[in-house]
Amino acid sequence: MKVIFEKPKSLEDVTFHYCPGCTHGIIHRLIAEVIDELEIQEKTIGVAPVGCAVLAYDYFDVDMHEAAHGRAPAVATGIKRVHPKNVVFAYQGDGDLASIGMAEVVHAAARGEKITIIFVNNAIYGMTGGQMAPTTLVGQVTNTSPTGRDVEHSGYPIRVSEMLGSLVGPGNSMKRVSVHDPKHIGQAKKAIKEAFINQIEGKGFSLVEVLSTCPTNWGKTPVEALKWLEEKMLPYYPLGDFSPKEGV
Amino acid sequence: MNKVLMKGNEALAEAAVRAGCRYFFGYPITPQTELPQYLSKRMPEIGGVFLQAESEIAAINMVYGASGAGARVMTSSSSPGISLKAEGISYIAGAELPCVIVNMMRGGPGLGTIQPAQGDYFQATKGGGHGDYKLLVLAPASVQEAVDLTIQAFDLADKYRNPVMILGDGILGQMMEPVEFKLTENNELPVKEWATTGKKGRKKNIINSLYLQAEKLEQHVNRLADKFGEMEAKEQKAETYLTDDAEILLAAYGTTSRVCRKAVDMAREEGIKAGLFRPISLWPFPEYALQQVLGRVKGILTVEMSLGQMIEDVRLAVNGKVPTDFYGRVGGMVPTSRDVLEKIVAFREVL
Amino acid sequence: MQKVIFNEEKCKGCELCTTVCPKKIVYMDEKKINSKGFHPATVTQQEECISCGFCAMMCPDVVIEVRRPSKEGKKDE
Repeated sequence: MKVIFEKPKSLEDVTFHYCPGCTHGIIHRLIAEVIDELEIQEKTIGVAPVGCAVLAYDYFDVDMHEAAHGRAPAVATGIKRVHPKNVVFAYQGDGDLASIGMAEVVHAAARGEKITIIFVNNAIYGMTGGQMAPTTLVGQVTNTSPTGRDVEHSGYPIRVSEMLGSLVGPGNSMKRVSVHDPKHIGQAKKAIKEAFINQIEGKGFSLVEVLSTCPTNWGKTPVEALKWLEEKMLPYYPLGDFSPKEGV
Repeated sequence: MNKVLMKGNEALAEAAVRAGCRYFFGYPITPQTELPQYLSKRMPEIGGVFLQAESEIAAINMVYGASGAGARVMTSSSSPGISLKAEGISYIAGAELPCVIVNMMRGGPGLGTIQPAQGDYFQATKGGGHGDYKLLVLAPASVQEAVDLTIQAFDLADKYRNPVMILGDGILGQMMEPVEFKLTENNELPVKEWATTGKKGRKKNIINSLYLQAEKLEQHVNRLADKFGEMEAKEQKAETYLTDDAEILLAAYGTTSRVCRKAVDMAREEGIKAGLFRPISLWPFPEYALQQVLGRVKGILTVEMSLGQMIEDVRLAVNGKVPTDFYGRVGGMVPTSRDVLEKIVAFREVL
Repeated sequence: MQKVIFNEEKCKGCELCTTVCPKKIVYMDEKKINSKGFHPATVTQQEECISCGFCAMMCPDVVIEVRRPSKEGKKDE
């Protein structure tokens, strides 16, 4: 018998604290698989965010920093400038990256900082119990948009990958993927691997936006949540490569 | 002996380089901007990194990253910028990371002014950020002392794994004085086994200030408290001037202490036995040194470029044994020696 | 011959694995409750499993290990 699927080495053998069906666990595993496949466990340094993934430093078996809310790209910048030959990644949610930490991610991208950011977009604040995020869809009900996100009041959700892709130069990479079924999980892993390789080859800043679920705060079963992601999030957040073109 | 004439901000920057600092992250703000400008040229010459961050918030978090990764690292700013850094400073202290933070104080509150002030004493010594932590705070009164204390600051930061603040003001940053960079004998930097360098050959390292279990956080904070206690016992620094027979003792730090030193001379010329107590470490406040010079002191006049902040520590140190008074100017105004002398005379009359 | 192994103690009962199995053999074992209080996912018809790994890919909690039998005549790897 050949083992074709098991826990990756770069993932600690612990139970995640995430709610049942939360896709953070899938994304963690994909990152760990990529670290194993690229054989970079011993030179990778990760940065955990504030939000549901705050304990990510307990889950990846690599050197880790815990960052203040939204500051992971700045912390990763500091690490990478000290250890340019190491591989530095940050793991951030949508409140962390696209709200309180928007300046840090924009400028890390604008500098072409050679770091990799895994940006988990589940359209809501999970850890604090389901408040409106900068990526909450129009009309989506949350605990701070009880009648649904109103454009007049709160504006439109931010498309981070498109925005970053529009303001930086070549060498930088922005891709949006999803983890709602095995086919897309395969594509997500490929994008994460390419984002790490982009850093290793010294080309520039890489961000992979991963559309993710929050069954608990969306008020859905895990299976319904995947369906909601596919039906509601994909039309507003199209999957694809938003990297800047040559000559931008 | 090779003395060079340098501006305070630039001399302080060069001192950091001599101390082995190779990483600087900052953001422009008057009156400290010459410091990052100097390092933007100097760091590339020595294989270091100067990076102008998008904000003070980003800069201090880059410091957090670089320090956790094992580097000697510094940032600098002035009052409003330090307020922005406060979050990061709390995290750095919580995660027990060494770094040096320079604050060339300007007038506040709010946008205040770009003129010199000492209104950030409370922020520097009593907190600034959230939670139970302390910074080692050093207050130079000359460009030479700024150089010497900056070099010491990096060693102290590494020794205690705690941020150290150099607290100056716009005058210190802007004025030019001759300085000498004394060669340090030991240029070997300490080994940092806790730093994140990639986990090759060891278990993973985690840089963190989060302890979700109350018992664990209490243990952690108590351990920090032990460290702060050690600093209080070992790191108090002060200078005294004509205190042996002093009846009126002036207490002042940094720029204001220079004004007061002159006022002491002027008072002595008028037959008033005045002396000066100058804290060099603001935290820990040099209470032992102050208690030792109280012998014949009838009253302590604290002089600051603030509404009266250090005077609270003076009062705590003397604990009611000696009457105290205060003289201060704010808003970027600097007290003159003559003003201080007048205050000494008036204070003497009520004692 | 166990081709798909569930670490039932780690299972949180989310059921995502059950939706992606092309052979529809993954089910929630309602006769069991793990220490977390969930009915864990399981497979009893191991012979039906085609070792595609979809269930493991979909699992957010790394509960599932998948093996593929060696081809006939070859030794186990």
